[in-house]
Amino acid sequence: MKKKSENVVKWILIGISVVFFLLMLVWPLFEVIFRAVADGWETYSAALTADNTVSALQVTLIATVIALVVNTFFGVVAAWLVTKFDFRGKNVLSTLIDIPFSISPVIAGLAYIMTFGRSGWATPLIDKINELLGTDISLVFSVPGVVLATIFVTFPFISREIIPILHAQGKDEEEAASMMGASGFTIFRKITFPHIKWGLLYGMILCTARAFGEFGAVYAVSKARGKTFTLPLEIDALYMAGSSDSITQAFAVSSLLVGMAVIVLVFKNIVEYKAKKKEEE
Amino acid sequence: MYVELKNITKKFGDYEAAKNISFGIEQGRMAALLGPSGSGKTTILRMLAGLETQDSGDVIIEGKVVNDIPASERGIGFVFQNYALFRYMTVYDNIAFGLKVQKEDKNKIRERVMELISLVGLDGLEKRYPNQLSGGQRQRVAFARAIAPNPQLLLLDEPFAAIDAKVRKELRTWLKETIQKVGITSIFVTHDQDEAVEVADDIIIINQGNLEQIGSPVEIYKRPKTPFVAQFIGTSIVLDDLSGFKGFEEMEPGQKVIVRPEFVEAFKADNEKFKGLMHAVEEGVIEKIEFRGSYLELTLKVNGVSLTTNRSLERRSVAVGEKMCVLLYRVYAFDQSGAETHKNKLLKGIDVEKL
Amino acid sequence: MKKGSVTKTKSIIPGFGMTMGITVAMLSLLVLIPLASVLAYSFRLSWQEFTELITRPNVVQAFVTSIFCALAAAVINCVFGVILAWVLVRYDFPGKRLMDGMIELPFALPTAVAGITLTKMYSNTGFLGRALERAGIGAAYSKTGIIIAMVFIGIPFVVRAIQPVLEKLPESLEEASTMLGASRLKTFRSIIFPEIRPALLTGFGLALARGIGEYGSVIYISGNSEKNGTQVVSYVIMQKLNAGNVDYEGAAAIALVLLIISFLMLFAINIIQHVASRRTNA
Repeated sequence: MKKKSENVVKWILIGISVVFFLLMLVWPLFEVIFRAVADGWETYSAALTADNTVSALQVTLIATVIALVVNTFFGVVAAWLVTKFDFRGKNVLSTLIDIPFSISPVIAGLAYIMTFGRSGWATPLIDKINELLGTDISLVFSVPGVVLATIFVTFPFISREIIPILHAQGKDEEEAASMMGASGFTIFRKITFPHIKWGLLYGMILCTARAFGEFGAVYAVSKARGKTFTLPLEIDALYMAGSSDSITQAFAVSSLLVGMAVIVLVFKNIVEYKAKKKEEE
Repeated sequence: MYVELKNITKKFGDYEAAKNISFGIEQGRMAALLGPSGSGKTTILRMLAGLETQDSGDVIIEGKVVNDIPASERGIGFVFQNYALFRYMTVYDNIAFGLKVQKEDKNKIRERVMELISLVGLDGLEKRYPNQLSGGQRQRVAFARAIAPNPQLLLLDEPFAAIDAKVRKELRTWLKETIQKVGITSIFVTHDQDEAVEVADDIIIINQGNLEQIGSPVEIYKRPKTPFVAQFIGTSIVLDDLSGFKGFEEMEPGQKVIVRPEFVEAFKADNEKFKGLMHAVEEGVIEKIEFRGSYLELTLKVNGVSLTTNRSLERRSVAVGEKMCVLLYRVYAFDQSGAETHKNKLLKGIDVEKL
Repeated sequence: MKKGSVTKTKSIIPGFGMTMGITVAMLSLLVLIPLASVLAYSFRLSWQEFTELITRPNVVQAFVTSIFCALAAAVINCVFGVILAWVLVRYDFPGKRLMDGMIELPFALPTAVAGITLTKMYSNTGFLGRALERAGIGAAYSKTGIIIAMVFIGIPFVVRAIQPVLEKLPESLEEASTMLGASRLKTFRSIIFPEIRPALLTGFGLALARGIGEYGSVIYISGNSEKNGTQVVSYVIMQKLNAGNVDYEGAAAIALVLLIISFLMLFAINIIQHVASRRTNA
């Protein structure tokens, strides 16, 4: 009796989950692919090779790679600081690092405009530097602006992944190594790094995914299609053009990002699986 | 003195880990820093190593003040409480680490590591990772790693805390013998008095950041200088008033005393051996008999207080409720300033321990 | 050995000064100073201007819409999140690994792609949208649409928060409860739920914070109609940045309020968390 009713509950719950899963997660993926190729392969490949798309892909890659490098560097340094040393204000610092995670990306874009934009307080400073170096770098409505906005929204991604790992590991091993006279770099490379390897990779994957797909923050500081647009902005432009052709093109470009998302997911699962196996050893 | 602490103080916020601590250890000795948890003993060890910095006072090694010398240059080997073995390195790499950091010659490293591996009896396990070893084996690796660069001084933080009770005893003997073989001056922290008594040449007793006493195990046991030491070392019972006991009439009522099982002798009234002492005995009734493995622990009600004594299993059997003759021949009397031995006045000239 | 708050701790591990310098410098330059600019900008307004700006009907409307939809989505996500996490941890069925692996899709899929896709799915151009329309439900271009988008982006937060807790929860706990004669519902309510509550709250908080500030996935499906009350706060801010009607002070003022609301909500959740943990640990 009991067994049977338990089974009923089990399959009802599984049923609900599967329906939710298919409707919310699987269907959208197929919807993108279906709409992308709705007008045939020629339109599809034309959309992907359009100048604007290629330019957007370039900008996206530049922003992603730079954000990944900067945030990985920051994440490792900050995690080392927070987990290997005791100091006053540590909790405040940890909270501050996580800020970008919990605020609207639109505000991130806004923040850069208000710092480096035409009437931003730092603009005269940037102008001076440009004058001095004979350059013409602008930090908003430009590729550097897009890069900065991308860095902002993905800022805590790496540190969030490695801080818990390093906390759990403690600092005995590092102390023992420094006791024997090893340098900071040696300690990191030989002792700390093996512990955070998988977590770091996982954080980098999440960071890549978010950097690739960031929209709100980038949208605020990028206005020139074909020059400073990223793929999501290009998709927005195509979609908002409103004709059925351009909407199909929007989905064609989207399919690129869907492919990227699937790769990220597969990669993430492999990394998780490996990390888990390592842990069980 | 080979290693010396002079007037060391250290505070963590409101918590005083060391209050004006001074002591010294001779070369080649093995010393134990003994105290209850939270007494400050680990902090003292860490200050010696340079892992913590004292607020004031000097750490002196081989006649040199090393206050400003970083931990890595003090020539100290350190065995951490949980060993802090590098989990992603093999046994071999763990032991070789300190030598590699010092950029030693590769062949020399190999030679030294293999020598150590056989010294600690881990031959054939050099390719294992720490999580593939037992607790005892890990301790051996930690020990080998610490002495690999030939340090002048070896510090060990609770070296047996992470080991099963069963293996612990065996490891104690092993560690003592091996350290003697290597001939290195060493200091270890422990909260376990048996461990300190068994392994150390000198015991330094720490309580609430104070140094209570330093001396050989026998000295500390026989002549505790403070009430804390008297109570901390050995099993003991504290009594408020001993003036009702024969031979202790002179002691003031309210004078606190410590009685150890070894200070109490209980025997049957017809025991020939104690015939000459009958004028000093009290009458006691057995309240409880506990079997302690190799002896019995008797609790006796004497003059309204409970005393315990150990009884060899070779002696005649006793039962709860049985009347016994109880002889109290020594106590520690103590007050705020210290503890001193009081002998039973009626036993003048008779050495009970020799009976 | 306990360590209190220490003013000067000289650690033996090298790199304190360097890592502290780099962390504070990067954090300040990339996050704190730009955010402070928002604050500084909104202080250019007088108090009257500020209140006038943020009490405009469309602004208030946008706040109501964002908060209401984010709350609704977070609640829905809690329900489905618990079910999904439970099913993934406790049951075996074909396709489970795939489901588990795809939970994070909303993190990996760019929001703009999710936005336009959900819009097309639920508007009358999609199979699902048409079916819903026939049933009298207009999902796209309404608050329902906004909630759907927020459910989509928020679900991984809840599932991934609860899953590890459920995995660690010994099945013997439920068995003990059942042995004592408790019904399954009672077991869930009084044994399992208290265990997952802290994690659920964390997931709820993260999903809520994300929902309130969300832009990309929401703006297409919402329709952004002032009349229907489907403008969200991020949209209103973004409108003020668009060429033609640039209004930086206004954007800064609204952003400031949005920041404050986000922080207050996170703070409230932390307090609840704290109180709850004290109760169980006491």
